[in-house]
Amino acid sequence: MVTNAASLGRSGVHDFILIRASAVVLACYTIFLVGFIACSSPLTYDAWHGLFSALPMKIFTLLALVAVLVHAWIGIWQVLTDYVKSVSLRGVLQFVFVVAAFSYLAAGILIVWGV
Amino acid sequence: MKLEFAVYRYNPDVDTKPYMKDYSVEVQEGTDMMVLDALLKLKEQDPTLAFRRSCREGVCGSDGINMNGKNGLACITPVSTFKGKKIEIRPLPGMPVVRDLIVDLTQFYTQYEKIKPYLINDDKTPAREHLQSPEEREHLDGLYECIMCACCSTACPSFWWNPDKFIGPSGLLHAYRFLIDSRDTATEERLSGLDDAYSVFRCHGIMNCVDVCPKGLNPTKAIGHIKSMLLQRAV
Repeated sequence: MVTNAASLGRSGVHDFILIRASAVVLACYTIFLVGFIACSSPLTYDAWHGLFSALPMKIFTLLALVAVLVHAWIGIWQVLTDYVKSVSLRGVLQFVFVVAAFSYLAAGILIVWGV
Repeated sequence: MKLEFAVYRYNPDVDTKPYMKDYSVEVQEGTDMMVLDALLKLKEQDPTLAFRRSCREGVCGSDGINMNGKNGLACITPVSTFKGKKIEIRPLPGMPVVRDLIVDLTQFYTQYEKIKPYLINDDKTPAREHLQSPEEREHLDGLYECIMCACCSTACPSFWWNPDKFIGPSGLLHAYRFLIDSRDTATEERLSGLDDAYSVFRCHGIMNCVDVCPKGLNPTKAIGHIKSMLLQRAV
């Protein structure tokens, strides 16, 4: 068995579950948002503000941001381990991408809970 | 009719880098031949051309090569497949070239060894043999036929990028052949050896392996079954 420490999951199957579960959350969020935009034509500021003021939407958005973090962490790790063979460069790139994903999460929390 | 060929040539003792060499073979109009027969004719013209072959009937798996961008066995691929176009012949991709069309398959066999390609049975040895019902035996169909020609694994990008960690489609097809064998008792041990982020899960199901398998097997399906077994064991 090959071991690794840089991916998010504890094992291959753990990564497999996490990446698919996060994909389901992101798909639901995207479909919901597209549906909302399509059904509330013309889309007004009040409608948009009202949507994000509701607690369930805030939680849903937070969940989607966590899903982005999880999905990006594992996905980027897989891509980088395929294409970047220099361990030090891969480590730096992985760090940058994970920090960026965490930043999105932090920014998202502040923005959404600021509405 | 004249058949045109461009063949990958590289002899590390003489050449500084690989190159493509053009050849042509005269074929009687209205007849066909296998690519291996054409290669043998090319070897008559140029005895320095090196390639592997043995059974010449798609059983031994020695003459896996890349023909016009697709892996296959030279001995069971008719030249008519290429409809008179120039045939570009290269070694199996992603593997170190020993010489011309001969590649070093050490990494391929190392991955095969990892999956313990033999029956493990800790039960009391039966007096005559381990019996299997026809239904249990049926599970092995589509798995045991693999001749290990390496066409599938060398068509797989995941194997190109991580040949030291990803088992590859051929090895995984064999792994499932033993996982599903009713006589094998090492299922848990076998699954434990595969439950990392590389061995099985580097397969993203692009099905290049299915596309090129000269025996018409479906490694992607077998890999899917292994993933299901790992999931059922973990959840």
